[in-house]
Amino acid sequence: MVRIIRAGFWGACLTMEPNLLKSKALPRFDIFFTCGLAFLVALWAVFAVSRAEDIGMAVHGWMFLGAAILTALGFVFTAHGTALQSDQSSYSDGVIRFGVIASTFWGIVGMLVGVVIASQLAFPDLLSFKDYGFLNFGRLRPLHTSAVIFAFGGNVLIATSFYVVQRTCRARLFGGMLPWFVFWGYQLFIVLAATGYLMGVTSGQEYAEPTWHVDLWLTVVWVAYLLVFLGTLWKRKEPHIYVANWFYLAFIVTIAMLHVVNNLAVPTSPYASSSYPLFGGVQNALTQWWYGHNAVGFFLTAGFLAIMYYFIPKQVNRPVYSYQLSIVHFWALIFIYIWAGPHHLHYTALPQWAQTLGMTFSIILWMPSWGGMINGLMTLSGAWDKLRTDPVLRMFVASLAFYGMSTFEGPVMSVRAVNSLSHYTDWTIGHVHSGALGWVGLVSFGALYALTPWLWKRERLYSLKLVEMHFWLSTIGILFYISSMWVSGIQQGLMWRSYNEFGFLTYSFVETVKAMHLPYIVRAIGGLLYLLGTCIMAYNLWRTIQGAVAKKEPLSITNPNLVPAE
Amino acid sequence: MSDKKPNDDITGVETTGHSWDGITELNNPLPRWWVLTFYACIAWAVVYWIAMPAWPTLSGHTKGLLGMSDRKQVDQEVAELVSSRAPQFAQLHATPIEMVSKNKELFQFAQESGRVAFAQNCSTCHGAGGQGAKGYPSLVDDVWLWDGSIQGIRSTLQTGIRSEHPEARFSQMPSYGRDKLLEPQQIADVTQYVLTLSRQPADAKAAARGAQVFASNCVACHGAEGKGDQTQGAPNLTDQEWIYGGTAQEITTQINLGRGGVMPTMSQRLDPATLDALAVYVHSLGGGT
Repeated sequence: MVRIIRAGFWGACLTMEPNLLKSKALPRFDIFFTCGLAFLVALWAVFAVSRAEDIGMAVHGWMFLGAAILTALGFVFTAHGTALQSDQSSYSDGVIRFGVIASTFWGIVGMLVGVVIASQLAFPDLLSFKDYGFLNFGRLRPLHTSAVIFAFGGNVLIATSFYVVQRTCRARLFGGMLPWFVFWGYQLFIVLAATGYLMGVTSGQEYAEPTWHVDLWLTVVWVAYLLVFLGTLWKRKEPHIYVANWFYLAFIVTIAMLHVVNNLAVPTSPYASSSYPLFGGVQNALTQWWYGHNAVGFFLTAGFLAIMYYFIPKQVNRPVYSYQLSIVHFWALIFIYIWAGPHHLHYTALPQWAQTLGMTFSIILWMPSWGGMINGLMTLSGAWDKLRTDPVLRMFVASLAFYGMSTFEGPVMSVRAVNSLSHYTDWTIGHVHSGALGWVGLVSFGALYALTPWLWKRERLYSLKLVEMHFWLSTIGILFYISSMWVSGIQQGLMWRSYNEFGFLTYSFVETVKAMHLPYIVRAIGGLLYLLGTCIMAYNLWRTIQGAVAKKEPLSITNPNLVPAE
Repeated sequence: MSDKKPNDDITGVETTGHSWDGITELNNPLPRWWVLTFYACIAWAVVYWIAMPAWPTLSGHTKGLLGMSDRKQVDQEVAELVSSRAPQFAQLHATPIEMVSKNKELFQFAQESGRVAFAQNCSTCHGAGGQGAKGYPSLVDDVWLWDGSIQGIRSTLQTGIRSEHPEARFSQMPSYGRDKLLEPQQIADVTQYVLTLSRQPADAKAAARGAQVFASNCVACHGAEGKGDQTQGAPNLTDQEWIYGGTAQEITTQINLGRGGVMPTMSQRLDPATLDALAVYVHSLGGGT
């Protein structure tokens, strides 16, 4: 059996790349890796398709098989052409261009699903789609969170990290075709996860819902990503490693660790999508929130701070404010963040001492988080006037303002006394979205607006007026969202803890649900405005890629009517 | 110094001399307020660790100088709440249940207690206001399957219906269709007859045949006039209130299957005084006599 597999492996590699053994150039491990993996995946997928014990595994088996076949076809058609000859003299930007388009696409998908589920909560009678199980709130909700965090955010992170690491290392991406494997492998992961949720296939852990076979696939892709990033750093031509790359590396390494540990599980069968988690009870809960909170810390904070550290100095054309601050807040952030997870489990079965540690480290985390905001905002010193003329820069600055607000709100909510009011209410949802829409969303939009003209060698964006419109739509959308959730959440918390003169609860649960109807409508409107802004961005980027310039706008980026302040 | 780093033109601050893709770095010191606030947060955390349960040790964890414990606190607060309500509950339980409404204060207390207990234990099936749903009796009208007096309601709460309680109220309508006790034609006929009982339009000839079927199969429980029998939980068929629906099709289905719901016994999860309060509350929604 082993011999057959080995023969098949080499056969597959040689069919796809006949010159493999003759080549005296670098051993093309990237081709071995991809071909070998495609072969192994195909081998397993054939069994998965024929023996699948549930619909999720059957569908995913076909997807894996299709992806393996597409990979093989891709090799056959490109192996002898120039596509695989890596030209070491230029940066590899093709994969980043795909990343920009994929980010925009998934952003719209994820936010659209968000608007749908927000409307379902506001109008459950109209929009629960009782006859279509896959459109239930329970299935769409993880689709929304995963699509915006991992599909939109993840693609932005991969694309910008590939761009930034090449420029700041003056080195082409390491690994030949490995970056392409990372990109397409990650898209496959997204599609597997999303289809799984819709079919009701889930591991039931928040933000880690994909089932074990999808988790394994992501692990492989993520290791490849780490290799590409480390390899590029390794062959850099700059003496030092730029701060943005520290943050990217921390993000990639920590997410690998979190993902693997939190998803440790024993499958019920090699051909079933269900599995038994390794941890149970409160251990499972703590591991889950160690994962969940650090997904926020390292995916949505460290990763996007890396974006901030490259794109803000670039956009404003000023030096980073303080090297010392970047060092201190970086190490403080990554050492302290990892402790804060237990604040998600206040007043639960988690022992109180663990809650104390989670809470106190969250408070200590306040200044390290703000270090990034200070360094970003102060980088504008000497160039504040650009805020009046550059809507993309305004996007970045607003994102830092929301970052500062939510990284202050977070420690406040981690205090047990505050948490006893805010926990399980919509306040948490509002907090998450001031970070997600305000910080992650806006900084990503800024990066996409900056990257598109650079990558497609366009002189400027299609229209700055549309950027301005996007800025206002998204800002107003965020304000609608978070203020309605504050109202709803605090009201909910107060209603839950309200006792009457006889010592009985004043409200039943359903009365508190009814009271949230109006805030839920406002929230859905806020989300709709935000989605609208993203659609405008997509149009603007698309026209920019085409090389168009809006007719009525002057070619120069600065507004001639405004004089810089001195 | 020979390795003096270039200064920034605009601010005059020294740079680190590094440059990546045109990005340079100023060598500004850490903002003083930032450092001080950071230290203050750490100091506060240390104080908190000393005061509260905080660090794990080989055998347990540090207990903290204040000796605080969540579990102790929960027990204490629950005990306080229980003792603050204890006199009223004691009075409630000592008062004959039909007399509760005579004492205005006690009645108000029972109503509040009952309302909360209802919302937590009963509204899942009977609806938030006791309005019921298909398969779950409405409690807001004066039509009762079993005894609707305040004593009767208290008794139903105590034992449940078709529950695991040994004295549970029990009755079972036969599944005439599924168990082939009646022919389909007979079921169709008796359906027409039942329609006439509640003065709904029906096929007169079929109803006449159905009256025979009714007389030999249904009267034992539902009574000769179809008015039901509360002692056996047999519904009145002459009114407009239906648990499983009153259309011809719904009546046929019920004769076929003989469905009957289960109400769990509440005596295993609620204390006797709360059951008293619940009975007072439910009776006030629409008790029968």
